[in-house]
Amino acid sequence: MTLRNIMVPVLAIVVFGLLWELLVWANGWPNYVMASPSDLPPAYARYWELFIVMGWQTLWRTVVGLLLAIAFGVFLGMIMGFSRTMRDALYPLLVGFNAIPKATVVPIVALLFVGDHNFNTILIAFMISFFPIAVSVSIGLSTLEPEYRDILASLGASKTKIFWKIALPKTLPEFFGALKVAVTLAFIGTNLMEIVSPHGRGLGALFDSGKTNSDYPLMFAVLIALALMGIVLYYVVVFLEKIFAGWAERSPSY
Amino acid sequence: MRVTIGPCYKAVRVSRNLIEIKGVRHAYHTKAGPLPVLGGLEITVPEGGFAAVVGPSGCGKSTLTRLIAGLMKPDQGEVWLHGELVKGPKSTVGMAFQNPVLLEWRTILQNVMLPLEILPTKLSKREQEERARKLLALVGLEGFEDKRPSELSGGMRQRASLCRSIVHKPEVLILDEPFGALDAFTREDLWQTMHKVKAEEPFTGVLITHDLRESIFLADQVVVLSGRPAKTQYVMDVHLTGQRDIEHLYTPESAEALNILRRQIQIAQGRADGHEAAQ
Repeated sequence: MTLRNIMVPVLAIVVFGLLWELLVWANGWPNYVMASPSDLPPAYARYWELFIVMGWQTLWRTVVGLLLAIAFGVFLGMIMGFSRTMRDALYPLLVGFNAIPKATVVPIVALLFVGDHNFNTILIAFMISFFPIAVSVSIGLSTLEPEYRDILASLGASKTKIFWKIALPKTLPEFFGALKVAVTLAFIGTNLMEIVSPHGRGLGALFDSGKTNSDYPLMFAVLIALALMGIVLYYVVVFLEKIFAGWAERSPSY
Repeated sequence: MRVTIGPCYKAVRVSRNLIEIKGVRHAYHTKAGPLPVLGGLEITVPEGGFAAVVGPSGCGKSTLTRLIAGLMKPDQGEVWLHGELVKGPKSTVGMAFQNPVLLEWRTILQNVMLPLEILPTKLSKREQEERARKLLALVGLEGFEDKRPSELSGGMRQRASLCRSIVHKPEVLILDEPFGALDAFTREDLWQTMHKVKAEEPFTGVLITHDLRESIFLADQVVVLSGRPAKTQYVMDVHLTGQRDIEHLYTPESAEALNILRRQIQIAQGRADGHEAAQ
């Protein structure tokens, strides 16, 4: 991490904030049309306790949903990656499931498990984010070149050994690529539940209350808080990727 | 052709046939019905020998390597290695392919050591590493042990792949067009390396190749396969023992041998009749 690595993105954010401020100022928009960055600090200062409590609610439910999505997605991906029959059988189902807008699923889930707010929220976060993981793992496993298998198979290695030594590590870059997509999707899932089926928890609920009270700076403050959490979680994934699949990154000299 | 130049290889006991392929037939099952690829193969390679198998494209040469490695069973016929019928994969076999298939997440040294992790070995971790380092030095990759495969050129990767295929001291080494994707100069370098390796680490080899010069330069027996379904069409013994140099490929004897082989390939492709070749 050099100074440049930190300064460039920070500078970009500052420039973005200034442009936003300028846009609102130049158009003379009142707060109820569009809040400006300078409105945000007062909003955070006023509601900081709520931001911490509800931000945490959103965060942990997103992470749990994501972890479930990883476990289930990898499991499904392995089944589809190793068995052609299962791949042919499950793909249409999976694509169909993914094509359903999750906003329509929210009321159904909310009715199915009435009152289990945490469970419902986690469920939606999970449902929206496992698809890319399952697909990428299945593709990674099914496109393993036969020679890779042959070098170990010709030594009499078992299928499990081939999986641990070759198939699994070889799929890691694809897996992490999918995980980066899944992180943001999981946030969308959590907030869908919090906003579409309000139950007073999470940043989605805070956004909703901002809406009912016409507190526009609060609504924008929630959006920015969500963006921040998304960025943090995304970089956690990037960090893990560097550790476990750093080999896939070519050195810049190439 | 009989060209004997320089000292012979280290004395090799040529007492028995280490690889015996007897009447092997094989067909793949496709939607359009069975597709016979091998139609009666006969190949024998004595211990310490090195056979090159050449033939037209798609004549089942790669199927042959999978049969010898025990990765599949022939429909008919038998493959014997060292007096034992091949029924499945054996630890006494090493393989290298045109694609070096090095594992990108491992260093070169770790890649070479891979077979030792799979096979039961009496060597300690340190001895394993020493063995791998020794082989890497033998093929000229000293100093590259800790590099990733992506940091190496194609020729260097193929050298590392070669080390991996012999690290467990296999009796039989199967090379499936290992130099096919390399440029001409790198390929000639690799041929020389092959000779060095064979002198230091004796093995009985089968080389699948499309390159006739490569076949007579490396092997002591060149087997020409007919078109699909492949049969043993012609066998040439190459008595070019000892330290071989690229110059030997430009002698009249070599030219004649190459000519004969080329005509045999043409027959195999169905482009020439036997009369022309019989001259």
